[in-house]
Order: sequence, then structure tokens, then C-alpha cells
Amino acid sequence: MRQQNTSLEAHGFESPTTESSFSSSISSSSSATDRRLKALARHLVDSSPVMDSHSQNPNDTVSPSPTSSAFHADSVFAHLVRAPEDPILGVTVAYNKDPSPIKLNLGVGAYRTEEGKPLVLNVVRQAEQQLVNDRSRVKEYLPIVGLAEYNKLSAKLILGADSPAIQENRVTTVQCLSGTGSLRVGGEFLARHYHQLTIYIPLPTWGNHPKVFTLAGLSVKTYRYYDPATRGLDFQGLLEDLGSAPSGAIVLLHACAHNPTGVDPTIQQWEQIRQLMRSKALLPFFDSAYQGFASGSLDADAQPVRMFVADGGECLVAQSYAKNMGLYGERVGALSIVCKSADVASRVESQLKLVIRPMYSSPPIHGASIVATILKDRNLYTEWTIELKAMADRIISMRQQLFDALRARGTPGDWSHIIKQIGMFTFTGLNSEQVAFMTREYHIYMTSDGRISMAGLSSRTVPHLADAIHAAVTSFA
Amino acid sequence: MTSTSTSTMLSLASAPPTASLSVHENLKGRLKLGGGSLSFNKEKANHFINTKSFSRISMVAAVKVSRFEGVTMAPPDPILGVSEAFKADNDEKKLNLGVGAYRTEELQPYVLNVVKKAENLMVERGENKEYLPIEGLAAFNKVTAELLFGASNPVIKEQRVATVQGLSGTGSLRLAAALIERYFPGAKVLISSPTWGNHKNIFNDARVPWSEYRYYDPKTVGLDFDGMIADIKAAPEGSFVLLHGCAHNPTGIDPTPEQWEKIADVIQEKNHIPFFDVAYQGFASGSLDADAGSVRLFAARGMELLVAQSYSKNLGLYAERIGAINVVCTSADATARVKSQLKRLARPMYSNPPIHGAKIVANVVGDPTLFNEWKAEMEMMAGRIKNVRQKLYDSLTAKDKSGKDWSFILKQIGMFSFTGLNKAQSDNMTNKWHVYMTKDGRISLAGLSLAKCEYLADAIIDSFHNIS
Repeated sequence: MRQQNTSLEAHGFESPTTESSFSSSISSSSSATDRRLKALARHLVDSSPVMDSHSQNPNDTVSPSPTSSAFHADSVFAHLVRAPEDPILGVTVAYNKDPSPIKLNLGVGAYRTEEGKPLVLNVVRQAEQQLVNDRSRVKEYLPIVGLAEYNKLSAKLILGADSPAIQENRVTTVQCLSGTGSLRVGGEFLARHYHQLTIYIPLPTWGNHPKVFTLAGLSVKTYRYYDPATRGLDFQGLLEDLGSAPSGAIVLLHACAHNPTGVDPTIQQWEQIRQLMRSKALLPFFDSAYQGFASGSLDADAQPVRMFVADGGECLVAQSYAKNMGLYGERVGALSIVCKSADVASRVESQLKLVIRPMYSSPPIHGASIVATILKDRNLYTEWTIELKAMADRIISMRQQLFDALRARGTPGDWSHIIKQIGMFTFTGLNSEQVAFMTREYHIYMTSDGRISMAGLSSRTVPHLADAIHAAVTSFA
Repeated sequence: MTSTSTSTMLSLASAPPTASLSVHENLKGRLKLGGGSLSFNKEKANHFINTKSFSRISMVAAVKVSRFEGVTMAPPDPILGVSEAFKADNDEKKLNLGVGAYRTEELQPYVLNVVKKAENLMVERGENKEYLPIEGLAAFNKVTAELLFGASNPVIKEQRVATVQGLSGTGSLRLAAALIERYFPGAKVLISSPTWGNHKNIFNDARVPWSEYRYYDPKTVGLDFDGMIADIKAAPEGSFVLLHGCAHNPTGIDPTPEQWEKIADVIQEKNHIPFFDVAYQGFASGSLDADAGSVRLFAARGMELLVAQSYSKNLGLYAERIGAINVVCTSADATARVKSQLKRLARPMYSNPPIHGAKIVANVVGDPTLFNEWKAEMEMMAGRIKNVRQKLYDSLTAKDKSGKDWSFILKQIGMFSFTGLNKAQSDNMTNKWHVYMTKDGRISLAGLSLAKCEYLADAIIDSFHNIS
């Protein structure tokens, strides 16, 4: 059963004027008009978006549906208001519009080289060349669950090649559209087949998470995660909130390199989380978007997931190859559901197909073929791990450089979180006023929650960013 | 929770009712079960517990049964499931007329030459793989709208088409359905009877109500035009009417231009909104412009409309999942707003669409040489299907002595033919003749070769006359 009401709040549904302000000259004899107005009136809620930093559109008005005969020169879409740009992807839109030569895009999490350029991995180029040279390749529809070989390799990558869960055929893996698509398909599946339709997401989390799960039909709640005082993990709060969650609730966990904070639990803390969750039969749903990208080691970054799988319990894992293989635009990911038995896994897979078919029928072949080519070839795989480590190392070096630069400027505050946090992002702790200042005066683009993408920095641009932070912090306390 | 509970559970059947054992007692000691005993000594292998998973048992006990135990096995997809069944068949005479994927005369999949050229170009250029904007590749969106409406069409010149790249036809339909659900709550979509099997699933999952309008007339094996008009007229004002732009799937029966005018009349009269599914532009007749005729007719009347496009068939890009949803509005302002809301629906579904197929289309359609080559390849594919229709018709009329009129095969257009065979007869086609098709009697002519026409004719004649 879908939960209609929660979906509306998280839509950030701009609140239009009420029905009473509509002109009485509107022909009310048209049932279509009545229906639309009444339905829209039901949908009028003030939204207070949980995570989003986008503001509400002040220009909201709703005009009556014009499909009645009095208005047939007008558009049937007249009642649609303009949606604001996506808070994260909208940063790049704004950046592109800026003519300043010193502008810096630290918004979306896409890796950049030291020269500030996008990077296509060598192994990816090699794999693509192989694919293009292979005259036997065709473009026939993939099965609904995607490329079989790719699915097997992806499961092994995240769960470990010797995973008993895989050997016992207890895992179903379906190719999906990167991380987002995997989360959405998993969410839709749970909304239809799981008994507890509440998902707990960390506070804060990636801005798209609440929307994905709400539209999937789940009710979204939060658990404490980030402690602004320490700029670290609010572990007590996390344990309390998960401890008071209803039995069986779904819990979203960032497998590593938490987005946006970069704050991860330690292995010991993960073990405590695991025990607590299993004791309350909470269902883990891992979002693994940075395997190998966080520490530089594919196995180390998969540890939390593997700990949960090792205890024999069930879980969901959404994987993305956007960052760790640089395949952003190809939309390659996978959803794995680890089940108690092979029989259950098989039935679960059949139901996943029913979610996917009416959404997009079957997934796109190109990105998955690249991944499969690399993962199954020993040399390409090894080369990939080296390229991956180089990216992770460059980011770690940027962290150090930024930290040093702020220290050198005597910027007030403790900036050690920059080198303690892990992954692509740093949660600077800057507030939205400071962020707006940095964009205005220094042409630095970032999300208003103070998150910066370290991947977008270079040795050349670190000083500029450090200057901007320094100015922002000293101008606005 | 300790390790004994699992074995306690297992042993309940054989233990006497009074044997209520405390968990603690059994940790170290032996458990008496009737006559036998079980040891929990880690080193010994025992019948019930795999010692390797000893540490797992404490957790297993907490959650004994899968959380998904109640999940039932879903039936296979009626269309895609056909190919799976075909693969499993070992008979050498087998014929796959299930899914609508084009095959050569040798019954091999076909990758268009222009596609290979475009992909080689793309690899040579070594472009990056950055995220596309939520609405997709701008170059693709531009050429796809121009292809559909014609570059000089007023709707394009006046910027009144909101185009968003979608995951082929299915994904584009789903985005449109999501838009309808959110902004036209309670509005129904009218779909033809019959229609592509996945249409209902799309609207069901998007929570958009639908009802059917009469379309196929089994008596004439043609269009029930009066029924269609009557049902569209009877629907609540402001309904969405799903129309196949050309090469109706599964029947292959399209309205004539005069009938399209009348359909447009009744839609305007009822303030309905036309919603076109265009999956075969260029593939039906061989001409891109001719196949877009119905859409352009409606647009020329100044009507607002939705159009879902797919490049699966006409560019053979099935697995790349490339298509678009186009919304034509009466003003550029409404267009911009609609586009922004489509983006808001795409973001929580998959964030942004895949790049590869979009680049192929943009390269082919955007380059005059490749574009002309594409048109030639498309004429070739459409031509092969027309030839196969002719040969099948000739075989049927030659072999069938009953005097049944098989001319519908020639009148129908596109990849599919609605044979008029019922489910039992279709089953006979598969079970006796190893001809794979969908249960509604639809055959894909794209999967038929001239060489197999006579065999197929035999199968159809047998199923039609000998099975009821």
C-alpha cells in the first residue's frame, strides 16, 4: 500500500493559493475542472523539506484547469508551476552561467584531475575499444534484470568473491540505473512486499534520498548521525534513535564515505550498529557509491556490508560505478538483495522484475558491458585498482593541502575535520550565509549545506578556496 | 540469544513435552532428546549444526525466517518471457515471432551501419562520461523533437515543445504517467483494446487510472472505428487518449488520414489530451515524415499533446534505452514549467539518463551523411518486412483451401501482425509447431524470413482450422 500523504510533503510541493481566491466566473459545470481543483486543494500542504536546502517558489499561483470550454485557448498545463532547480545538480547549472574566470565548481560529486578536467579511466577507454572492435556484439534487449555476467561480478565485488551468501545462491542481483535507480527499485520492492514501510535515513544524508524513498512509497524518518559540535559522528544519538525504531524498520546505511559529511563509523562502531540492528530485526539497506574511492581499497570500503552479510542476516545493497569507475553518465549500478535462502532469493528476483518492467523495461547495456569487461579481466582489474587508488590519494592530498592552507592563514576554528572526514566530500560546517558569500564574492559553487567536493579541488585552486573560507568565516561569525 | 535455540527448535518434534530446557543448561552440556543426545562441542561435527557457521547461529536464531518469506513467485513477462521459452527449445524448426526485435533474412540481430560508424566516431573522439543534465543530452533533445515534428514546425520555432530524454519508450511513457498522476489527479488514460501489454503495467505502477476504448474488430480483422469514436466520446472530459502514432502494436492496424481527422475532432470536442506512443517512426512505412503524419496533424490544429518516442526499433538501439517524452504546450512559458516538473520526476527515479544511446542518435541524426544513410537502412528494414508480409500472404492463400480472407496481413503495417488466433490456437503454434508468439495472437514479422513463410503458413492454417 502506497502512502500518498508523505509523498506530497517531500515533493517540496509549492503551496499555491487556496480555492477561495479563484474567480467565480470559472465555469464550474466542467467535471474535469472540478476534479482537478478539488484534487489540487487536497494536495495543498506547506512543505518543510527535511534535507533540501532549496527555497520555496514565492511566485506560486494556481490557475483553474483550463480544459473547460471557457478556457480552451489556454494551456491544460497552466496550473503547473516552475520547479526550482535540483539543489545539487542546480549548482552546476549556476556555475555554468557564471562568466568569472576564477570560478570553482565544488558542487556535484564528480572527480576532477589536478588540471580540473573530468577523467575517463584508462581501463574504461580500453574496455570501450574492445567492445567497439568486437564485431559479434549486438544491441538486443538485455533481460529485465540486466547483463547476467555484470550482475555476478558486481555481487562478488561488494560481497567478496568467496562470500557464502553468493555460493549458497542466496543473493539476487539486478542491474539498475546507477545508485539512484538501485535505491528506487529497492524502495519500490520493499513498499510492495515488506511489512514495515518506514525507512530511517541519517541526518543529514544525500539530498535525493528522501525523494527517492517517498516516491517509492515508503515513509521516511531520520536518525541522528552528524554532530555539528564535534563535526563527527553522533554515535550515542544514532544508537538511541535506531534503538527506538519499531522492530523490522528499514535503515539506510552509507557503506563508506558518508555523503555529505564524510564521517564514517569506526569498525567497532559498525559492529555495535550491527548487533543493535539484528537484535531489533531492523533491515539494513546499504548505499554503496564509493567502494574503493574512500580509502583506496575495495575490500576495506566493503567491510561494513560484509560484516552484516557474514552474520547470515538479510540486507539490501545499492551499488554505483559512477565514481569508482568514472562512469557517471552511463548510469551503471546494481541492487543486491541478500536473502535467507535461494528459494526466497529467486522469488524476490521475480518480483523485482515486475517493478522494473513498467519503469523502463530493461537497463542500458553500454556501461554494464564496460564494467563487466574490466572486472573479469585480471589485467584490467588490476589496472583499475591502481587508477582508483590514485584518485583516492589525490583527494586525500587535497584534504591535507586545504587543512594546511587554512592553518597558515590562521583561519579561526578547528579545521581538523577536513582531514578526518573521508571520501569525496567535506562537510565544512559553513552555514548558508557564508556559502552564499563565497559564491557571490569568490565565485565558489557548492551546496548550501556547506558540503564541498574535494574532487573538484586542485593544488592550484586550494589557495583561492582557503581565502574564500577565511573571508567567509571572519565576515560572518 | 544463544546457540541452543536453533537446535531446540529443530528438536521440538522429538522431545517429550515436559522437556522444557533452559537455554543456559544446554550451553555447555548435553541435550537429551528421547534416546539420543546432541553435543554442542564445537570441534565435533553434528547432524544439525554446521560448526563453521557456529557464530551465525546466534543471529540466525533472532531472525529465523526470511523477511521475504511471503513473497510469491511472479509469472514471467508475457512478451519477454516468450524469448526465454524460445531459447529453452531445442527443436531445429523453432521460430521466434515473440518480441519485436528486427531480424535479418538470416534471422540474425542487426546493428545498423550508421550506428557502428557513430560509435567508432565516439570512441575516436574520446569524449567524457560526465553526468548528463536531468533532462538529458541537449543535442539529442533538439534532434529528436525536430525529427518528430519537422524542424520548421511552429511548435519548435515557438519553443513550445518540452523534450526530456527518457529510457526508451517505456521510460518516457512512465515519466508522462508520473506527470499525469501528479498534475491531473483522477484523470484517466484511455488505451486501445488491445494495446501493448506493458501499457497497463506502466499506468498501474504510476497509479494512473485507465480504461479501454474499442479498437480491434475481430470480425473484419480491422479497426472498429465507430466503437473507438463512441468510447472516446463517452469518456470524462479531460481524459488522456493514448494513441499509437503508427504501426499499432499489437494489431498493425492504423487509422487512415481521414479517420485521424475525425479522432482529432472528437478529442478536441471533449477537451481530451492526446498522448501518442511513437515507437516506429520510419519503421512502419519506411518514411520518417509519413510515419509522423498523425502527430503532426494534431500539432497543426494547435492542440496540446504528449508524445513518447523510442529509438529501439528504427535505429536498432534496443538495449541502449533511448527515447524521449515530448509535451507540446500552447505557450513557451507553460513548456518551460512542464519541463521543470518532468525533471523533478526523473531525479528520484534515476537522476539523469544514460549517455551512450543519446550520443549515437545525436550523431546520426545530426550529420547529413549519416542521416541519409540511416534513412536508406530504415527503408531496407521496412522493405524486408513488407516483402515478408507479401510472401506470407501468398503462402497462406495458396495453401488454405477454405477461402478465408488473409488480406489483413497486407493491410496491416509495421512489425506485427494480429493473426486473429486465440490463446488455444497460439499455444498450438508453440506446442506443435515450435512457433513462439504472444498469447494474443500477435506475431512479429521482423522475426520471419522469406524462407520460413511456408512453414509458418502451414502452422497458422493448422492452428486456425483444427484448434478451437
